[in-house]
Amino acid sequence: MSFLNYLISGISLGSIYAIIALGYTMVYGIAKMLNFAHGDVIMVGAYVCFFAAAKYNLPPAIGILAAVLVCTTLGIVIEKLAYKPLRQATSLAVLITAIGVSYFLQNAALLLWSSSPKVFPNFFAQQTVNEAGKKIKITGFQLFGGQLRISYVTLVTIAACLVIMAALLLFINHTKLGKAMRACSEDKGAAQLMGINVDATISLTFAIGSGLAAVAGVLLCSAYPTLVPTTGSMPGIKAFTAAVFGGIGSIPGALLGGLLLGVIEIMAKAYISTQMSDAVVFLVLIVVLLVKPAGLLGKKVREKV
Amino acid sequence: MPKEFKRDRLVQVPGTALLPERDVERSPILECRHLGIDFGGLRALDDLDITIGRTEIAGLIGPNGAGKTTVFNLLTKVYNPTRGSVLLDGMDTAGKTTAQVNQMGIARTFQNIRLFHNQSVIDNVLIGLHNEMSYGMFASILRLPSFWRAERIARGRAMELLSIFGLEVHADELAGSLPYGAQRRLEIVRALATNPALLLLDEPAAGMNPSETVELMENIVKIRDTFQIAILLIEHDMNLVMGICEGIAVLNFGKVIAKGSPEDIRANPAVIEAYLGRKGAAQT
Repeated sequence: MSFLNYLISGISLGSIYAIIALGYTMVYGIAKMLNFAHGDVIMVGAYVCFFAAAKYNLPPAIGILAAVLVCTTLGIVIEKLAYKPLRQATSLAVLITAIGVSYFLQNAALLLWSSSPKVFPNFFAQQTVNEAGKKIKITGFQLFGGQLRISYVTLVTIAACLVIMAALLLFINHTKLGKAMRACSEDKGAAQLMGINVDATISLTFAIGSGLAAVAGVLLCSAYPTLVPTTGSMPGIKAFTAAVFGGIGSIPGALLGGLLLGVIEIMAKAYISTQMSDAVVFLVLIVVLLVKPAGLLGKKVREKV
Repeated sequence: MPKEFKRDRLVQVPGTALLPERDVERSPILECRHLGIDFGGLRALDDLDITIGRTEIAGLIGPNGAGKTTVFNLLTKVYNPTRGSVLLDGMDTAGKTTAQVNQMGIARTFQNIRLFHNQSVIDNVLIGLHNEMSYGMFASILRLPSFWRAERIARGRAMELLSIFGLEVHADELAGSLPYGAQRRLEIVRALATNPALLLLDEPAAGMNPSETVELMENIVKIRDTFQIAILLIEHDMNLVMGICEGIAVLNFGKVIAKGSPEDIRANPAVIEAYLGRKGAAQT
């Protein structure tokens, strides 16, 4: 039964990775760049939601909405200020800029919100009164006589991941903006000559990716409630790994990679060693990339000779 | 030459432009005035003056490296001109982006095919129809009736365009899996989907066999007649150029060396020299 417990928390963690990985994979697919500041957008989203809910006592839904709005705007602003001027530059220059933006966001957060950890409230808990008349919070439910514990956060996370994934696939495959995005991802020059505004399409991609990062930030901090300015960086790197694992540029790949990475990480923690879990995760990544260099669902690009 | 193809006499209009007789009454669709571009110290194109009538089929020819594709890149704002101006339907395209110029009415195909290879044939055309579909992001997320209506109309239009070239049976195949000739035809369909007033074709007959080329010529004329648009094509196949073009401009080393009807061009000593060299020209 403990295996099932681990599996469920693995899927839950994996769902968060998957949502973050979507941001990486979409931006890579369309702008052909690795946005290493993506992880720190998660952190900003979590802080915005924290302040809205814990400081100003706004309802959780408003807090999440505020986080999404702020992060969407932040994503567009980052793209316009930092990446757009480098559209013609080498990919290395863009990569270094992205790392710079990442440190900028972390240090700005440090200045604004200090390094002292914030305890993120659990939005997905029910308030009840127990037999002794004390107020308690129920964070989940139990099955099989208490052997299987599932928290509400877990359920919400998995559901959110599936809904986001389905909505995004519908959007990309069946709307004209989605078609414009796919066209830009294949050939920006030809897309422009079809009357598609490439700059606007790239902005839209950053907006969607960053909005999703905000959702991921709220879910992440609901499950692991310590919030510091570096909260986003490790999940960001893990999600990037997940995106590569699944095949960067592929949306179903991000889902698959995220879920597998989450499950492998939790299983490694449970059965091998807590300290070694990250090493195991990256070992699996290396093995997968040796066998399938384009990732699990990635397309092999044949060089024309 | 395609049957039922009527070629109009070229007429001199004030301002040194040549236009087919039927287009003289109307303002030209395209005017290039003293257009030129330098790449570093290289004068790639200099003092290009061409005028194209509303329904003219015009040709741009010249030896390799003469600057023909550069002209297309200037017209579509892939490059910004160093000198001169491009007027599309009387409006200056200075300061416009490539996407905006396309929305103003210029569409093009490429010398090396640049389809969206990993997407279906119909999706390629639907991407071309992108700006014709008017529904907002809100409507598409909520799947409002306006979304479905616009999608249905666009699909119908896409199939109609595909059927011009007999490609409707391939609608759901991947664009990259089509045979070469069909890919070239699809590129033209995709360009037509953006509803252009001027269609630029960059070597449409490249790699085609003679019978395919004849079919292509018929199709180009058909497109002009059905859509009543102007077509400017770059082509090395002289049968095609001399067969369907009304006005022809010859480029050599970035300069126009001759302009006129196919007959004028064929008899022009400067053109013969550019193609055959001075010695070759002396022998003819």
